[in-house]
Amino acid sequence: MEAHELSFEPDDRYNAFLAVCKKAPCGKGKLAGIAVAVKDNISTKGIETTCASKILKGYIPPYDAHAVELLRHAGAAIVGKTNMDEFGMGTTTENSAFGPTLNPCDTSRVPGGSSGGSAAAVAGNMVRMALGTDTGGSIRCPAAFCGIVGLKPTYGRVSRYGLIAYANSLEQIGPMGRTVSDVSTLLQVIAGKDRHDSTSYDRPYTHTPVADVKGLKIGIPGEYFGGGVDPKVAGVVKTAISRLEELGATTVPCSIPSMKFALAAYYVTCTCEASSNLARFDGVRYGPAADTKKSWHDAYKEVRKAGFGTEVRRRIMLGTFALSSGYYGKYYTKAQVARENVKADFARLFSEVDLLAGPTMPTIAFRLKEKSDPLSMYLSDILTVPANLAGIPAISVPCGKADGMPVGLQIMGRPFEDECVIDAAYAYEQAVK
Amino acid sequence: MMSEDQVIVGLEVHCQLDTKSKLFCGCSTDYRSDGPNTHVCPVCLGLPGAMPVLNKRSIEYAMKVAKALNCTVLHESEFSRKNYFYPDLNKAYQITQYDKPLAEGGYLEIESDEGGERRIRLTRIHVEEDPGRLVHMGNAERGKYSLVDYNRAGIPLIEIVSEPDMRSPKEARKFLNKLRATLEYLSVFDSEKEGSLRVDANISIKGNERVEVKNITSYKGVEKALTFEVTRQKNLIRRGQRIERETRHFIESTGITQSSRSKEQEHDYRYFPEPDLRPLHVQSWMEGIVLPELPDARRERFVAQYGCSLNHARTLTGELKLANFFEHVVAADPKGLSTLAATWIADTLIGELNYRSMNLESVDAPGFTELIGILKSGILTDKSGIDVLRVMLDQRMNHQSCETSAAIVDRLKLRKVTSVTLEKSLTYEIVPNPILTAITEVLTEQPGAVDDFMKGKKGAFNFLVGQVMKKTRGCADPGELNRMLVEALKKKEV
Amino acid sequence: MVTEKDVEHIAELADIGINTGELGTFTHQFNAILDYFDVLDQVKGDTTVTRDLTNIMREDVVEPSLSRDEVLKNAAAQEDGFIKAPRVM
Repeated sequence: MEAHELSFEPDDRYNAFLAVCKKAPCGKGKLAGIAVAVKDNISTKGIETTCASKILKGYIPPYDAHAVELLRHAGAAIVGKTNMDEFGMGTTTENSAFGPTLNPCDTSRVPGGSSGGSAAAVAGNMVRMALGTDTGGSIRCPAAFCGIVGLKPTYGRVSRYGLIAYANSLEQIGPMGRTVSDVSTLLQVIAGKDRHDSTSYDRPYTHTPVADVKGLKIGIPGEYFGGGVDPKVAGVVKTAISRLEELGATTVPCSIPSMKFALAAYYVTCTCEASSNLARFDGVRYGPAADTKKSWHDAYKEVRKAGFGTEVRRRIMLGTFALSSGYYGKYYTKAQVARENVKADFARLFSEVDLLAGPTMPTIAFRLKEKSDPLSMYLSDILTVPANLAGIPAISVPCGKADGMPVGLQIMGRPFEDECVIDAAYAYEQAVK
Repeated sequence: MMSEDQVIVGLEVHCQLDTKSKLFCGCSTDYRSDGPNTHVCPVCLGLPGAMPVLNKRSIEYAMKVAKALNCTVLHESEFSRKNYFYPDLNKAYQITQYDKPLAEGGYLEIESDEGGERRIRLTRIHVEEDPGRLVHMGNAERGKYSLVDYNRAGIPLIEIVSEPDMRSPKEARKFLNKLRATLEYLSVFDSEKEGSLRVDANISIKGNERVEVKNITSYKGVEKALTFEVTRQKNLIRRGQRIERETRHFIESTGITQSSRSKEQEHDYRYFPEPDLRPLHVQSWMEGIVLPELPDARRERFVAQYGCSLNHARTLTGELKLANFFEHVVAADPKGLSTLAATWIADTLIGELNYRSMNLESVDAPGFTELIGILKSGILTDKSGIDVLRVMLDQRMNHQSCETSAAIVDRLKLRKVTSVTLEKSLTYEIVPNPILTAITEVLTEQPGAVDDFMKGKKGAFNFLVGQVMKKTRGCADPGELNRMLVEALKKKEV
Repeated sequence: MVTEKDVEHIAELADIGINTGELGTFTHQFNAILDYFDVLDQVKGDTTVTRDLTNIMREDVVEPSLSRDEVLKNAAAQEDGFIKAPRVM
């Protein structure tokens, strides 16, 4: 492989980057010389990886995440690590220990989260594409808020090896870009089986987008246009859906009854998994030092109190509670049953329709500091978490503006039919170009 | 035999499986001779983002054990996280099996205290990862801290949980020995590797609360710890005190158990299924597992094929290497050598090895086989045979050049001295009959004793025997010595 | 309803330090969130989780470990190849 270097000195006025590689090595291949930003919860060998948390300050992974390894093989220049909500816990990228990222479309607003840095880097023209991660909407939400394209692939399609786990059973690494075609190209590079990830499938992605939705049946779930959804956003999305009809798709109204449980099932599951995943940050093997003059538990407690932000500590406590004896059945077990119900609802719907469409987010990007109450922030994930619970592919593609801010059209498909989801998004994108 | 103060014991035995790589990563399990943190990768160091991938052989090994112990492998089993925070636990959770273990049920038969077989039922067998190792450093003045070595982290373990079916510390030891033998016969476990086995024991006196004793790391420790607990608990009961349900730690060096405070009781491990691993559906593999000959079968064969006594057969088959060694020694002449070999290995060799803290591997098998041959020919007394064996073992232990058994016999002039074997020296030297020479000398040197004998003092004869034996450095055949001395004294009388 | 005492207990179980000043807010927020979670009480059945990939395993092959330098590089304190940790016991 011929090695080059890409100079990268962005004007990062949005605080999109936590680390920048001024001279980024790159090579030949599908992404030859293309600047790619990587979310800071994805391990990069030799580049500090913090998950936007003080508890990982200074941590330099001795290995690359599988997706990063694939990027390097494809010749991409990994130019930096992007800001995020600490450990992916948030919907605004305000929960970063290193300051919020601003929305390039309106710097008084949040870029969405948790992959807000990746979205802002792409939307702000600093990079052509970026890797994000999506646990409950963390790629699609910032894509929608910043007016770019973001895909959460089918669970298992992209290896999670090297992705610093927040909620293992829900999250996926996925591509973000300004066009569907860039997103598709990036997915070509990162998808496929990895022997280091026991949950990854041998389903490589070799597709090139085709702008064709003729004959496709698209379900429009009533729940995606219900109470909490801003009517202006709903209006923009409805217009976009009629555009798909004009292109030859048929639409049918449908319903996802289990949506009622989805958000609770999601938050119980992700906080439970997080409470276990985040316990390893003890200041012994990596991260700021635990005080070896203290006793283990005192030092451990201290490291965690000083190292984790409030939202992270809140979710660790919630998850600890939900797993604790006496509550496991009420929370964890019920959440898994609810999750099966969501899966079953999607399976039923996808026996009747090819795709589901609706808004990505119920509103446009929030103003900075607008969402101060945790529950109201959680509620804004209501339209994105079902895809994570069911493991299905879901894309957000820009579909117009409301109050001058971008709105995302979300398209969901059958498991491992990321191709179909991408084609529909591509057809829409090409039609409105 | 139900009595008021009946002892009830159940064991949880953790054994390291002898795989080449760790349970969830490719790091080598051969870490014992290397420095700390040299067999570690992102997975077993618990680096953020690393993911476990299950070692197939560890499941195959665990299933072999399950089959040998008559367990049922479940249709679906899965791994769970056991969450607790300790610096040697790389991820702050241990990947283990909880509500869906690999196998359930089963039993192991042991020799009961009254003789005969006793069936100890098993609850379950599951697979889990070993944590790292902690070394405690410092002192009160200069500050205490711990050092962590993650080489051991991720070594595959099986945990075998028994029902509370054992009735004494001795039975617990027997269970453990039998279990060890079975695992060794299956070639899945190496008991000689330091720390390869750890035991937690539950013990109660019937009708009282149960106490868990953790941290027992040796075979002997189990019996010791439980014996201590039986005494402690019985004493409490005798004094009318209540036995508290608690966890205690065994202190190997002092042989006592110590309460580990209340925190342990409150542990809430918050188990949940490991989302990074997929379920196992391996029940159908059981058919394909071919078991080798196990200890019980081999013991029966030793009795039938070699005519070993039941006790000898039990001892010899109680360890794989010992059983193999025995069969190796008698291979040339099973009919002629097996009884002698069984006695010498089971009754003598094991003791001599233990005394020297040596293991069977350091015994020169051809040398030992030769010794048994020499013993068979009748030219050594048992005592001389032991001398030869001791010289052999000492030479091995001290890494000296090793002589053959025959050479040792000759160098130490240990041939049993009899008029018959006199001419049959191993190196064919003609020597005068040393017994006769010795008797002649003694009778001249000890006229007083001879006199006493003539007066009918029985002790005098024994004294004279001793003197002759001393002169022959213990090589005289006692029967022959007696006969010749009687004759010589008769001649004196005349 | 969880009380401040419950939240303190959870923080202890999670071994996550908590300031007394935070207790009130956390308790208030927990109650709002847990109230919301109560919707799960309406979930019926005990469907077992379906997971389609099974028996994902690797062969027992030794692969290179990290160098000790790489292992120790991120550790805050080390001694003779060991990683230093606060005392337990």
